[in-house]
Amino acid sequence: MKVATLRLWNITKVGLQAILRNKMRSLLTMLGIIIGVACVITMVAVGTGASSSIQATINSLGTNFIMLFPGASTQGGARTFSGESKITTEDVDAIKAECPAVAYVSPSVRSSAQVVAADLNWGTTVYGVGVDWPFIRAWNVADGDFFTDVDVRSAAKVAVLGATVADSLFPGGNALGSTIRIKHLPFKVVGVLDRKGGNMMGQDQDDQILAPYTTVMKQLQGTPRLGQVLISARSAGEVAEAQTEIDALLRQRHRIQPGEESDFSMRSQEEIASTSAQTSKTLSVLLGSAAAISLLVGGIGIMNIMLVSVTERTREIGIRLAIGAKGRHVLLQFLLEAIALSVVGGAIGVALGLLIPNLVTRFAGLPTQVSSGSVLLAFGFAAAIGIFFGFYPARKASRLDPIDALRYE
Amino acid sequence: MDAPVIEIRDLTKVYRMGEVEVSALKGVSLTVERGEFVAIMGPSGSGKSTLMNILGCLDRPTAGTYRLDGIDVSRLDRDQRAEIRNAKIGFVFQSFNLLARTRATENVELPLLYGNLGLTADERARRSRASLARVGLAGREDHYPSQLSGGQQQRVAIARALVTDPAIVLADEPTGNLDSRTSEEVIAIFQELNDAGKTVVLITHEPDIAAHARRVVYVRDGLIWRDEKIVQTRAKLGGPAAGEAEPAIAFPFTIAPPAEEKLEEVAR
Repeated sequence: MKVATLRLWNITKVGLQAILRNKMRSLLTMLGIIIGVACVITMVAVGTGASSSIQATINSLGTNFIMLFPGASTQGGARTFSGESKITTEDVDAIKAECPAVAYVSPSVRSSAQVVAADLNWGTTVYGVGVDWPFIRAWNVADGDFFTDVDVRSAAKVAVLGATVADSLFPGGNALGSTIRIKHLPFKVVGVLDRKGGNMMGQDQDDQILAPYTTVMKQLQGTPRLGQVLISARSAGEVAEAQTEIDALLRQRHRIQPGEESDFSMRSQEEIASTSAQTSKTLSVLLGSAAAISLLVGGIGIMNIMLVSVTERTREIGIRLAIGAKGRHVLLQFLLEAIALSVVGGAIGVALGLLIPNLVTRFAGLPTQVSSGSVLLAFGFAAAIGIFFGFYPARKASRLDPIDALRYE
Repeated sequence: MDAPVIEIRDLTKVYRMGEVEVSALKGVSLTVERGEFVAIMGPSGSGKSTLMNILGCLDRPTAGTYRLDGIDVSRLDRDQRAEIRNAKIGFVFQSFNLLARTRATENVELPLLYGNLGLTADERARRSRASLARVGLAGREDHYPSQLSGGQQQRVAIARALVTDPAIVLADEPTGNLDSRTSEEVIAIFQELNDAGKTVVLITHEPDIAAHARRVVYVRDGLIWRDEKIVQTRAKLGGPAAGEAEPAIAFPFTIAPPAEEKLEEVAR
């Protein structure tokens, strides 16, 4: 047993020496595996990064979040909606008043606008929302106050600025109490929001202005219809209940007959999350499998080189066989060489796979997240490829006839 | 100890080449005692190479028995023959067959790598050095084959053949790639080994090389045609004109058929 172990070790060394003797060729052979492994890890990291940033954004909505859209939902989850929204501000008030499982409700209408303060101007998005908005989004005012119910009812021209907007228009930090002009209408700044930073998709969440939805609808949009409604259930456990209540209420209010399609639809945070998870999973699988193909090609490269190597070293194999190497010793030597090539290539690939996603994040601004699963998978796959593609050439070597092999020129 | 090192009985070897069967050996019997120095001669196509392959356990006979060092090796499978080759036979080839880009000492260690001795790296290195020293290459252990002359390379090969302390040293045209002076040097090593008790079997087609052996077996048409003992002195070894200087060693043996009569004369 000890003899066999020692011999195994010796043959391992022989296999490794062959790699070191042909450094350039070994490197080129490994390149396929290196690129393949690095690709798999990077692609999966980009996919996972995108997916988790989307998830984080959705999760930041809160676990008891429900979104109400105009238009009917169809079965695949796709919304087909054209024409006017049937959801009114009265519906919003009714939901708040009549649905016990609902804690907060805020309409949300949006309008892009150029905003001017003194001699500075800034293009941003103005959201018309209700007073419940800070509670639904769990987003507090850092400076000043959020606008009040009175402001909403009177459609007051007041605004709460996102941190980025405040910085851009008021570099001196004197935003509070100033007046800004949105589409030429003067708005008084009553508050500045907490800074949230970019979301992980790279969008700056602080680049927005909040105003009472009544004001935005009347002054900026000129429509009494709501784009969407943000709703918070009392607790995560009451989300389904809240949805049932809202559904029943709105169908009644919109006079929709049983069996008829609703003119609105709802998505809970959970549903939004699972839909987008599905999408980003598809993306990850797609990217990962493209990369896996390159890994496979790398494996074929190893087989190719090993076959050439076996032919080229026929004489060496003949010598080894003549002086007493058994077929399995030769098999082992070449197999180990192939495995070592793919394992070392895999290791270099892993190193690159850990590095490249960082560069992607730094220079391309894409969120990436290296998962240990993909690292293990890529590395294991590389090793398996070494065994799989190394076996055929190694078996070929081990079956050579020593007499023919010694005569080979 | 009393058993012959090589004992061949009625050995035949038939190659199939498509439809045609070619008999390379047609019933060869040969006994080589321990400590002999035998040269096997014969023209190409005589079955000499086939005999050498079977003697070296590289190939298997079609029929007949072959006992090597008391073991019947004629029916062994591939792996068993590999073990026998490793333990019992030291090969020396015409083209040296050293591993390129591998130091002399590593080349010599090679058989120990596959053997059943279970030697540690230190022991292997020690044996390798001893073996190289024995063929006069002490100090060249770390040279690569490309840094050595042909004669030195062949001596590395001999050191490799010796490192397992085999029952026989089987040399296949060991001087075929060497000039006459180097050939003499190499053959001298075989003679020294033989003097030290090693059994040497030399395959060659050069009469002046065969002349250094103590016994010449001439193979022709798949049969042993002649089997001669040579009485010779070793006084002139290494000299470039050994054959001429000592008529007793002159071996008037050529591959061309007309030489047959001459050979018989000398033999008698």
